[in-house]
Parts: sequence; structure tokens; C-alpha cells
Amino acid sequence: MEAKEIYGRLEQRFPGKVAGLKDDVLDPFLMVEPQAIVEACRFLRDEPELKFEILSDLTVVDFPKEEKLQVVYHLYSYTFRHPIVLKVDLPREEPRISTLEGVWKAANWFEREAFDLFGVVFEGHGDLRRILLPEDWIGHPLRKDYVEQEEYDGISTERAPLVEKLLR
Amino acid sequence: MQQLVDQLIQEGYFEGVPKDFVYTGFMVLVALLVLSFFVAPLAGITSWLERRVWARIQSRVGPNRVGPQGILQWLADGIKNLLKEDIIPTAADKRLFALAPYVVFVGFFATFVVIPFGSQLIVADLNIGILYLLAITSLVVVGILMAGWSSNNKWSLLGGMRSAAQIVSYEIPAGLALLTIVFAAGTLSMQGIIKAQGWAPWDWLLFYNPFTFAAFFLYFTAALAEGNRTPFDIPEAESELVAGYVTEYSGMRFLFFFFAEWGNLYVIGAIATTLFLGGWQIPPITDHPVLVGILQFIVFFLKAYLWVFVAMWVRGTLPRVRVDQLMSLCWKYMVPLSFICLLGTAAWMVIWPQGNRVASFVMFLIGVAILGLFFRRVRFQIRHAQPVLYWKPYI
Amino acid sequence: MDETLHTEGEGFHTEDMTISMGPQHPSTHGVLRFVVKTDGEVMREAIPDVGYLHRSIEKIGEKVTWHGYVPYTDRADYLAAMFANQGFCMAAEKLAGIEVARRGEFCRVIACELNRIASHLIAVGTFGQDIGAITPFIHALRERETINDLMEEICGARLTYNYIRIGGVGYDITPGTCDRITQFLDHFEPIVDEYNRLLSYNKIFIERLAHVTPITREDAFQYNIVGPNLRACGLKWDIRRDIPYSVYPELEFNIPVGTGEKGTLGDCYDRYMVRMEEMQESCKILRQCLKTLPKGPAIAKVARKFKPPAGEVYIRIESARGDMGFYVVSDGSEYPYRVRIRTGSFTAMSIIDKISRGIMVADLVALIASLDVDAPEIDR
Repeated sequence: MEAKEIYGRLEQRFPGKVAGLKDDVLDPFLMVEPQAIVEACRFLRDEPELKFEILSDLTVVDFPKEEKLQVVYHLYSYTFRHPIVLKVDLPREEPRISTLEGVWKAANWFEREAFDLFGVVFEGHGDLRRILLPEDWIGHPLRKDYVEQEEYDGISTERAPLVEKLLR
Repeated sequence: MQQLVDQLIQEGYFEGVPKDFVYTGFMVLVALLVLSFFVAPLAGITSWLERRVWARIQSRVGPNRVGPQGILQWLADGIKNLLKEDIIPTAADKRLFALAPYVVFVGFFATFVVIPFGSQLIVADLNIGILYLLAITSLVVVGILMAGWSSNNKWSLLGGMRSAAQIVSYEIPAGLALLTIVFAAGTLSMQGIIKAQGWAPWDWLLFYNPFTFAAFFLYFTAALAEGNRTPFDIPEAESELVAGYVTEYSGMRFLFFFFAEWGNLYVIGAIATTLFLGGWQIPPITDHPVLVGILQFIVFFLKAYLWVFVAMWVRGTLPRVRVDQLMSLCWKYMVPLSFICLLGTAAWMVIWPQGNRVASFVMFLIGVAILGLFFRRVRFQIRHAQPVLYWKPYI
Repeated sequence: MDETLHTEGEGFHTEDMTISMGPQHPSTHGVLRFVVKTDGEVMREAIPDVGYLHRSIEKIGEKVTWHGYVPYTDRADYLAAMFANQGFCMAAEKLAGIEVARRGEFCRVIACELNRIASHLIAVGTFGQDIGAITPFIHALRERETINDLMEEICGARLTYNYIRIGGVGYDITPGTCDRITQFLDHFEPIVDEYNRLLSYNKIFIERLAHVTPITREDAFQYNIVGPNLRACGLKWDIRRDIPYSVYPELEFNIPVGTGEKGTLGDCYDRYMVRMEEMQESCKILRQCLKTLPKGPAIAKVARKFKPPAGEVYIRIESARGDMGFYVVSDGSEYPYRVRIRTGSFTAMSIIDKISRGIMVADLVALIASLDVDAPEIDR
């Protein structure tokens, strides 16, 4: 099914909650309001003509200029072989969104990773801990304005000059 | 040996020393000599052989640098391990931790007392030889449990527990299989059992009746399990329990465990040879006592090492079973089967008290047929082996 | 007397044992860690703890140029580096609308399939080792060594290749290399049968794996299990066929699926067998590619200062460990704005907690090995 039809069905079901469709890009995507994401995803999963069985990917992109964090959901249906991309804009200060753990279990770890690297808080998540970084790490490194700590647990994070130069 | 000591005392070498002291001293001296000039090289060379055989199975070369073909590798390893630091974890139970390897080692070393290498070459032909054997090998369990418990490491503990459960369980089929032979031979003495057999294969107790034939395989399997060998090496399964009960050991103490393991491999082969394969029996071709002794020794050694080789081969081929499978194999299959062997042999002896030579011949032929089938299978595999086969035994 | 016995009975209680399995544990393939709660030998819980190999590859992507990022993608999964190369390059090409040189596509497929065989060899070899059979492991590495030599001929590296470039491949495959690949295939195809005789149809091996931790299709969807692990659940799904990319639509190959022949559908044995069969399929693909290798340049003309237009793309390719996703955002500058690598091992790792309850410690080892999780790919 084309992105347009999926958008139509979502719009019909959740009027005003699915903000827009952009299908003149490589991967068509829908903008979804943060409050509606769980319901929309559950609808997309259970609707017999959509059947998005898997959450292929969940990630975040940071846009400091526009003061937003964009959570990106890539869904895919094995039955109908169609993908869709959902996007949710969150404020950079205190980004909060409901968890998708109840819809796809795979969201559990994806959300932990997003929390770890971007600081997005997934409300209702059962086990929202850091996953890749140590528990006592400060900051969320994949944000664009992340400044590395000078030392971690007494270990200097300074690199040799050459590497520093390459990293700018 | 007693005559020698008596003679020395008579000639006045140990004047003023109590007789018992002299005897004890000589006993210790002989034990040390046997340990350093026979058992240590035996275990060491077995370890080298295992590594070479294993390497060839895996298309590698194996140790070939120290001495001709690497045969002195065990010596180098031993010296290296002697020089290594002996680490005892601070949280360990230090005394038990230090003692455990020796307990295991004693349990293995003491079996050499009753292993006959020739009609004259035996330390002590105890009239309860097999009973002694079963009793003394149980000491190994104590040592392994001590090692597992005292290391204060959960992996070690799991390994120790697994090992204890495994060895205690498999002692039953092994013991029953040995008992079958005791029935057939009518004695517990190792030399007596060998003397009950002849040099010809059809005179071996292996082919005495179908039940002893089955008992042999039961014994060999159970012995592999008792010796913690693949496919029953779960107590030291490195992919599950790191290294099992030896996880915390280092240096010479670590080596002692493996010393015992490799030595034990030879003991398994020797017992199988003694009980089932006619031991040192050779055809009557010469009367020269020294020559006969040497021939007996060679024959015994070759038979024993054949089974050592089979154990290595098995280790190079098979995966490892799981704990519950191990236990169900023992209790559901091997224990009942070995009981049947025992009762079957008893019934056989009621029917044919002197044995049945025709049945022995038939069993021998069946054995040859099985061997033939086996080699056909091997030939099939070799023909289908794609990598180039390297036939030379040395590299 | 009775009373003392009674109180003793009450006071006797057992505790679950908490063991830290890893990061230094022989069977955790690299640096995984499980906090395992066991009741003797029976698992109560195995909580995965990852991140020991996090090298912030995604952050590095924002700091280096498009061309310069290709070597870094190697490190995302160093057992199957070629796929990460290809995924990122495909994303960049799609963003910039570059047509890949046709010979380059074939070179890519050849390199990728060789890499898939190498990666699966490691998977099945270490599987045998974790089950306790060390010989298959060393035999598998023996063949992998030949592949490494071939890779060295193709691109000069044995592990982290940096072979696939934006627009094609770095170096063309020479006719001599083609001959040697054919030689290798002639040698390797029968060897798979030998492995089967040595390991796959071994009674103990089957007993150890059949019925162990089956993954149902629903669970696979819920946890987004991909690649060979998903196919072992009986779903005939391969991105090479179903979301075709590169020249795979022109090639003929089967998609092996789990059949539950020895146990339950989707158990460890199925996952193992799917990999075994996939190696044979890769051989088929390689033969076809070598036969139809077209002439022409191996790389399209791509600006050295590569600046794709602003936009974003999500590329999925079939890596050795399944669906590898590259979500790349470009803002039109010479550095990627965001690179996200989504890997199969990450999601495979997350299901272990669920399906490992009530199995034995030895089965956990088999489960980890059968999912073929790879620490660098989890942590990136």
C-alpha cells in the first residue's frame, strides 16, 4: 500500500493527530503528534489491511537550530511488503513521549538506546536505563551540542593531538 | 624387593635403624622413583600424544619443537608451570584449596599399585585388586569437590557439583561392568584375571559371552565419564563453566589436575586391557625370562594405548552432552544394561561353568565383523574427504 | 525430636545463585555480559548487559566526510564488514542519485557473498565449539583462512575491507582472482557435506539443539528478529529477494528456511541448519556472478568532495546477521548529518531475556551461539 493510502486511513481514524504526509522524498514519512503515537502504531499493527508486524528501527535525529528532537519510527509489513516512516517532533528541553513497548517488544531496547544517546524519556517504559554507555555517564553523546567530559571516573578522555585534529 | 632390603640389612648397611623404618623408607623411595621415572613421563607423554593426535584430527601440526617431534613438550610445560606464580584467591579456603590437587593426584596415582605391566611387573598383586581400584578412584571426587568448593567461585562450585554427581553416578555402571568380569574370572586379583585369559583373542574375557562383550563398551563409556573426558567433560566445559573446578588454579597446582587427567587416561586403557583384552598375555614363543617380560610389557602397553588413542579420537570428534542427558544416559540406560550383563553372565556360568569355547569363537567373529564394518565406514569417509590427506605420522 | 526436625526443615531454604557470565567468558563471543540467576543448573533469568564494545560509530559519522566514513562502517561488524560498507554506500548513492557501475555491482555481490560464507563459517564453527566439539571450529577456520586470502587479493585487507566505495568498488576483480574463487568454490562445496557428516548429523549435537529455545513467529515479529534467525522460524523472507537491491534480482538462489526436521520449528538446530544451507546458496550466487561478470569500469565517477543533496534515506540490506539498516540524514554538506546503523544482533540480543527462562546453563550457551550475536554489531 502506498504511503498516501496509509496516511488517508490514519487521518480518517485519528483526525488532526497525523500532521502531514511528505511523499516527494526518497522514503515517504508521516508526522504524528506525540500523544497519538501509541494508538496510531497499534492501529497500524492491528488493521488487517495494513499489518505492520515489525518495528524495523527507532531512532532520533537532533535538530538544534529548529529546537527539536525528531523521533523516527521505521515500520514494515511482511505480509504486504510496504514500509512507512513515522516522525514525531519533540522539544529539545525535556523531550517526553509514550513508550511503544506495549506494541512491539523490540521497542524496549531501541528506546533504551534513544534514551541513552539522546536523552529522550519514554514514559511508561519498564526498564529505562542506559544501555550502551555506563550508568554514570554524563550527557547524551549523539546530541549535536554534546560536550565531552574531561574525565570519566578519573580517567582522562583527552586524545593524542593527531586524532584531536582529525576530529576537529 | 623385600628380599633386597633384607639382604641389605643383613649386610649391615642400616645398623641401629629399626627394621620398619628401613622398609618404610624404601617404600617411599621406590614410590618416588616410580613417580618421577614412570608415572610422570607416562602422563606427560600422554599429554603430548593427545595434543598431537588432536592436532592432526584438526588439520593442525601440534607441538613439535621441544625434543624430537616435540616429545619433550611435557617437560617444558612442567618446568614452565613450576616457575609460575601460584595464585590463591584471598577469599578461598586456603588449606582446602592447596590440598585439593594432591587429593586428586593421589587418587589417580594410587591406582598404579594394582596395574600389572607384566607377569612379574606389578607393585602389589592385591587379592582384592578391583575393589581397591574402585575405592581409591573415589578419592578423585573428594578432591574435585574440595577444589570446587574452596575456590569460592560460582563457576568452580558448579563444576565441582557436576563432577561429583557425574562420577558418583557413573561409578555404578562401571562397577557393575567390572563385576561381570569378576564373575567370569572368579577372582578380584588383577593378575588372577589376566591368568584366567589367554593370549589368543578368543580366550579374552571380552569374547567370553555376549554379556562381557557389552560390558566392555559399558565400562569404557562409564570410564570416559569418570575421567571427565569428552563427550562427558561437562565439569570442566570451558564454554559453559569457564574451566569448571580448575578456574581459580594456576601454576603447578593447575598442572596437577591435568597430570591426573592424562594419567587417568592411561589407567582407563590399562584397566580395560587387564580385564577384557587379555592383559600382558603373549603367545609362548620364548622362554627367556627377560625377553618374556619385555614382550609382555610391550603388548600390554600397546593394548592400553590403543584405548587411550580411541579416547583421544572420541574427544576430537564428539560434542558435549548436557547435564540432564548425561544423567538420563547413566540411570536410564547404562545402569539397567550393566545389570543385565551381570545377571546374564551369572546365568551363563550356571549353564556352562567352564565357559563355552564355541560361543567365544562366535563372539570373536562377531567382533571382527564389527571391526570390519567400522573400517569400511572409515574408508568411506576417507574417500569422501575433500582436503588432501596427509598420511605421514610426523611433521 | 520431631520438633527439632521440623524447625530444621523450615530453616532450610535455598537461594537462587546470581552469576556474572562475561564479559570475560569463553562462550560470550567477544564482550557480552549476562547477569544470570540460576537455581542450580536451571536458569531463572539471564539479563543481557551490552555496551562493552561501544565505539560511537554513529557519532563518528557526523564528524568525517562521506567517503571517509566507509572505513568506519567496517568496524560496525568486523566479521561481516562488507555488508556495512555496502549499506552505507547504497544510502549515499541513493541520496545523491548515483548510478553504480554495473561491474562494480557484481564485484560487490562477489565480495559480499564471500564475506557471508566467512561469517557463517565462524557462526557454525563457534557453535560447534560452544557445544563442545572443537574440531569443526578449526576446520571452519581453515576454510575461512582461504576466504581471507581471497579477500586480501581482492581488496588488500583480510578483516576490515574498506572495499566498497560510493559509486562502485575500490579495486576491480582480476581474472586471476576469479579463477582462484572458482577453485575455492570447487573445494568448498563438498566440504559443507563433510561438516554435515562431522557435526550436523551427530546424534549428540542434535540432542543438544533440538527443541531448545524455539522462537515462534509472533515472538520474532515482536522482537524484530531478522535474517537467518527469522528464516529459521519458517518465514521465507530474504531482503535480497523481497526488497531487491544491487544485482540480486538477476541471480537465482533459494532461501533456506527452518523446517523443524529434528525438533520444534525455530529451535537452535533450525537456526544452525539455515546457516549451513545459506553457505551453499552463497556458493551458487558466486558461481553465477563469476560467470556473468560484465566488462566495464568498476566504479562510477563520483566527486571527490561528495555532497549529496539534503534528504534522508533508510536502506535495508541482508547482512550475514540479517537485516542491516542504514538511516542516513544529509543536510547537503560534506559531512553526513546523522548516520544510524540498525543491526540484527541488537534485536536478537534483546529476545534472550525472554526465551532463556527455565532452560539450563548449557542451553543458554547454545542459544547465544545459535542467534549468532556479535558484540561489535550490538554495541557499534
